[in-house]
Amino acid sequence: MATVSLTIDNVKVEVEQGSTILEAAKQIGVNIPTLCYMKDINAIGACRICVVEVQGARALQAACVSPVAEGMVVKTNSAAVRASRKMTLELIQSNHPQECNTCQRNTNCELQALSEAMALGDIRFVRPAQSHSKDDIDNSSPSIVRDPRKCILCRRCVAVCEKVQGVKCISTMNRGFETVVAPPFNQSLNDVNCAMCGQCSLVCPTGAIVEVDDTGKVWRALDDANKHVVVQTAPAVRVAIAEEFGMEPGTLAQASWWQPSPPRL
Amino acid sequence: MINSNKATVTVGLASCGIAAGAQKVYDAFKESLEGLSVQLDFSGCMGMCYKEPLVEVKVEGQQFIYGKVQPEQVKRIVEEHLQAKKPITEWLVAAEQLETPDKTFLNRQQRILLKNCGVINPETIESYFSVDGYKAIKKALKDMSPEQVIEEIKLSGLRGRGGGGFPTATKWALTRRSPGKDKYVICNADEGDPGAFMDRSVLESNPHSVLEGMLLAGYAMGANNGYIYIRAEYPLAVKRLKLALAEARSKGLLGANILDSSFSFDIQIREGAGAFVCGEETALIMSIEGKRGMPRIRPPFPSEAGLWGKPTSINNVETFANVPWIILNGANSFNQYGTETSKGTKVFALAGNIARGGLIEVPMGITINEIVYDIGGGLASGKKLKAVQTGGPSGGCIPASLSDTPVDYESLRKIGAIMGSGGMLIMDESTCMVDMAKFFLNFTQEESCGKCTFCRIGTKRMLEILERITQGEGQREILNSWRN
Ligand SMILES: Cc1cc2nc3c(=O)[nH]c(=O)nc-3n(C[C@H](O)[C@H](O)[C@H](O)COP(=O)(O)O)c2cc1C
Ligand code: SF4
Ligand code: SF4
Ligand code: SF4
Ligand code: FES
Ligand code: FES
Repeated sequence: MATVSLTIDNVKVEVEQGSTILEAAKQIGVNIPTLCYMKDINAIGACRICVVEVQGARALQAACVSPVAEGMVVKTNSAAVRASRKMTLELIQSNHPQECNTCQRNTNCELQALSEAMALGDIRFVRPAQSHSKDDIDNSSPSIVRDPRKCILCRRCVAVCEKVQGVKCISTMNRGFETVVAPPFNQSLNDVNCAMCGQCSLVCPTGAIVEVDDTGKVWRALDDANKHVVVQTAPAVRVAIAEEFGMEPGTLAQASWWQPSPPRL
Repeated sequence: MINSNKATVTVGLASCGIAAGAQKVYDAFKESLEGLSVQLDFSGCMGMCYKEPLVEVKVEGQQFIYGKVQPEQVKRIVEEHLQAKKPITEWLVAAEQLETPDKTFLNRQQRILLKNCGVINPETIESYFSVDGYKAIKKALKDMSPEQVIEEIKLSGLRGRGGGGFPTATKWALTRRSPGKDKYVICNADEGDPGAFMDRSVLESNPHSVLEGMLLAGYAMGANNGYIYIRAEYPLAVKRLKLALAEARSKGLLGANILDSSFSFDIQIREGAGAFVCGEETALIMSIEGKRGMPRIRPPFPSEAGLWGKPTSINNVETFANVPWIILNGANSFNQYGTETSKGTKVFALAGNIARGGLIEVPMGITINEIVYDIGGGLASGKKLKAVQTGGPSGGCIPASLSDTPVDYESLRKIGAIMGSGGMLIMDESTCMVDMAKFFLNFTQEESCGKCTFCRIGTKRMLEILERITQGEGQREILNSWRN
């Protein structure tokens, strides 16, 4: 196996030829933020949050797609890098509804976490136009909600839908500021062959694709004295449910450890 | 074929001529020349777009060019010049015996590539044959190995004319070296820069020269298939290319076993919908493949994995049009023009506030001043020069104070501008530079493919800032906040 040695933030590192700067940095514990990158399925260099300074290069390079080269000298946290990342974040946030408090992904959102980590602070644009409004929300599907206002166009959902699930029912449409990730011809998800697998919502770094939240309906059913409420889970999600309830990863959720409080009679 | 003894009338029928009414002039000549022993023909762009419609009259071997010809003037030209042999001096823009300001427009240029543009009939292959057409490919197939073709291009110093200035021979050699038997040659005729019309004019005026350049490239790289990616907004260029392809095929210059050699090559046209970003090579390839036209990350470069994943060399129209001339006349004839690192000539679409706007070809190294004043005749408004914009929307504005800069890749880059593909817009002192920036930002903003954050949102925000400034809403505090 041929290797390449380079210097990242003053640390010498030897990596497999063909690795990216991002992978090389990871090897020595240097964290480079990413948004659009997803190993093996989405290396498109679109968001530009992962930029680094490569000595001798004309411009900052996207670490997620730049291959390493022998003798390369990389800086992942220089002033230019920080300024560029912050600008990119500021641009994204300038076209994003500022509604974390009420967002399904609050405290579990990559964009929010990054904005906090980088101390984004004020957004300096004056009355920035928004590419999408609430009218563009697609809640036609029984299981998935798309909110293009919150989409940062990382295309992770597009990649997972096409390359992992093999469904290919969403892709980029329109261009420039008006670009949107949506089913063909901007149909609603319910009108295309969406399998409702939810993979897109799992990989979405923001709240732009989320599961339909039926908690309210469940409460209403529970509160209905005339209803006997039964929980039925699909076999496929037993592990996920167990984990949510604090069990060892890999445990199957089953009735034996399920101890509901005695039913109200 | 033009019979040299017979008097001829040639009307320039490229897009800018037609837009100025040249077709009507042609029809008027057709009617007036009925029964006379005068040959009527048409050509492409003669370059003096500012004097369109242009008509060339040749009598007894002497050439005269009339400008701004209206159909009403045709009768008099026929009667006085063609019949009575008395040229109408006041209507002439150029003639051998006549000193006109328009003559400096031509004389300060170095027309290699444009030599036959506006001279030959772009719709007949015979006309191209009459100016040594397809002799370069004949020569290469007979006397040169593919490596020798690449070597000759290397010696010539030819660099890509699409904007980047990448050495053409290097690109070809890389593609040749890439493993695999299916390789492609692509001609980039997307020409997206606002104000640029070099490629269109060449294709409308001398389409075969581009086809021959592609043939030579195919031979040099071991490719058997070519594509011309051209915007659908260029219907006349598409029409003439289609005619040229059909004629070249019928003469055995395209297809299997060209000129009875073992080399086979054919070319297809792909019409693009006119997205600026599809001029970028990887987006262009995506578009040919039927995908959304968005650039992709390089590496791999097209020379390793391009169209359909195969080794591909993509070059600009003008780059290809230079190739037959170099092969035929030798690298040294080409590299005698230009500077140390920028060899040969460059075609510019001279436009904007300029007295003599048109299609010009100049030796590399000429200064901006020489182009603006000697060739262009100064500003149309008669006011002072403020700036010259080169390189299209991603280029820069060269202020008048730097107008003694030589036009070559390195000098332009050093002052923060770029050579670009050849658009050159002249602005006088009354031009508002904020407006100018706003115009180009509006363009880039509309043409962004939407992939990258700073382009998709950044150009929009910059445009918003400039809009506010031009509407009198600019605020010092905002400017300050951006300094931090
Ligand atoms: C946004 C963008 C637009 C471009 N548009 C064109 C174009 O219209 N025509 C062109 O020849 N090259 C264009 N290019 C350059 C091409 O990517 C490519 O470098 C060129 O066609 C290579 O040919 P050359 O080596 O002969 O110059 C563009 C590049 C970018 C980044
Ligand atoms: S997607 Fe993230 S950043 Fe956007 S509103 Fe929701 S939590 Fe906040
Ligand atoms: S919906 Fe989510 S995953 Fe898909 S492109 Fe938008 S932000 Fe990325
Ligand atoms: S978003 Fe802009 S910079 Fe990015 S690929 Fe598209 S046109 Fe190029
Ligand atoms: S993570 Fe590298 S460009 Fe988005
Ligand atoms: S097209 Fe007529 S001179 Fe340019």
